[in-house]
Amino acid sequence: MSVLVIAEHGKGKLAASTLNTLAAAEKIGGDIHLLVAGKDVSAVTEAAKQVPAVAKVLVLDDAALEHATAEALSPVVVELAKNYGHVLASSTTFGKNLAPRVAALLDVQMISDIQAVVSADTFQRPIYAGNAIATVQSTDAVKVITVRSTGFDAVTAEGGSAAVETISASINAKGVEFVAQELTVSERPELTSARVIISGGRGMQNGENFKMLEALADKLGAAVGASRAAVDAGFVPNDYQVGQTGKIVAPELYIAVGISGAIQHLAGMKDSKVIVAINKDEEAPIFSVADYGLVGDLFKVIPELSSELDKLS
Amino acid sequence: MKILVAVKRVIDANVKARVKADGSGVETANVKMAMNPFCEIAVEEAVRLKEKGAASEIIVVSAGPATSQETLRTALALGADRAIHIEEASDLEPLAVAKLLKAIVEKEQPQLVLLGKQSIDGDNNQTGQMLAGLLGWPQGTFLSKVAIEDGKATVVREIDGGLETLKLDLPAVITTDLRLNEPRFASLPNIMKAKQKKLDKLSVADLGVDIVPRVKTLKVEPPAARQAGVKVASVQELVNKLRNEAKVI
Repeated sequence: MSVLVIAEHGKGKLAASTLNTLAAAEKIGGDIHLLVAGKDVSAVTEAAKQVPAVAKVLVLDDAALEHATAEALSPVVVELAKNYGHVLASSTTFGKNLAPRVAALLDVQMISDIQAVVSADTFQRPIYAGNAIATVQSTDAVKVITVRSTGFDAVTAEGGSAAVETISASINAKGVEFVAQELTVSERPELTSARVIISGGRGMQNGENFKMLEALADKLGAAVGASRAAVDAGFVPNDYQVGQTGKIVAPELYIAVGISGAIQHLAGMKDSKVIVAINKDEEAPIFSVADYGLVGDLFKVIPELSSELDKLS
Repeated sequence: MKILVAVKRVIDANVKARVKADGSGVETANVKMAMNPFCEIAVEEAVRLKEKGAASEIIVVSAGPATSQETLRTALALGADRAIHIEEASDLEPLAVAKLLKAIVEKEQPQLVLLGKQSIDGDNNQTGQMLAGLLGWPQGTFLSKVAIEDGKATVVREIDGGLETLKLDLPAVITTDLRLNEPRFASLPNIMKAKQKKLDKLSVADLGVDIVPRVKTLKVEPPAARQAGVKVASVQELVNKLRNEAKVI
């Protein structure tokens, strides 16, 4: 059986998380077909067919799919799913919104957020904010799955030449009207695909102080994140949030500044390759997961770190 | 307008879950339980909609063991008008819960169903979307704002890159994110009053829903522990280690 992967895209580009989801599809085995659905998707289709892991790109270009609502997209996926053993999407807000609706319409118990493929029907997924890992086996004919990006190394994006098949469907987007989208504009890399992340917590004291982290981030080519405490306190918008209910990240270097390390936060970053913690409280739980801990006042440490980095370049 | 709110009883968010020694699951015996935090936000939002005059009645529903009634009483103390308990001792998968909720929706005919975006035990984030799919209703997921006007719900969603605003025709299913509101505490008089509010009991058989599990849990284990590293004495030492030992900068 083949695997159907739902591509996520925006501004003519394939989302980085789709490459991780394709890696999970490779582990499952079989031909991989990638569905590119949306409005004016020729640039994405071009990128999709170059991914060597993809055998075939299914293209559905329809103005009614411009905002990729779950209501409009799910009947399309349900119809296609009949020809596949697995339907995969990324564990992003797009995938989390769409996949359960698809699963319910297929009468399938979906499997959320897998971090490992054991076999074609058995997967590992975190539960209880990552405090336990469950190995689960699906008995459904079609397995509907969302994939946690940090569990799978992205597949190569270039060098392939997949077949392209244009499909059509009558889209019913009734009941939902798109009003607006306010995306955070940033020159920095995206949190979920950044090589380096600097996150601030309650210890930052206010939103203005995050500028210190931003300046440091720019020196390291890093993304800026935050703990839930910092988001709840209104220092930064929610899309900065790293943790159980925010973004799950696993960069090469994660620098936690003024973050105590609540389990909800650790759940979102503990798979990072190298973790640095800077906190004035030497008992803070963040030190128990940090490779390098520095006990000190962040308002002294951050400027010092900044000038040390300047010396390197 | 009638609002239906679904709630779940879970291990208290402040308790660290511990895996059972036999690997069959997570220890729940003698562990402090509470209403799932996202469900609390859903109840609070329903109460606020009623206080604003946008809703006439709030029905709260929970599917689970007998102890779920305590969670329903909490919701009644927070301002829900009546409760429905679907009693079932076995673990219910999100698809089964969505089917049970669909049966309740067909009976009660609410214009709006509110759920938390995920429960902090299974972390599935599925039930609301599944219910919307089964009913063929619009869905507003991961919301930080809800306004009801002229038979439509204007909702602001927390999406990966920022925020998205949608207008949904009613009836609709919506799920709450953390920033939607800050739930109130139940006052003692309201806790007392809640004991008098109506709580209907139903069984899965009453609703004629197939709840046979589709997914087998083969084992549950603790995550690989991460070893604490070293404390560095200075920024210079930190930069030196990151550069020469970890080689990440």
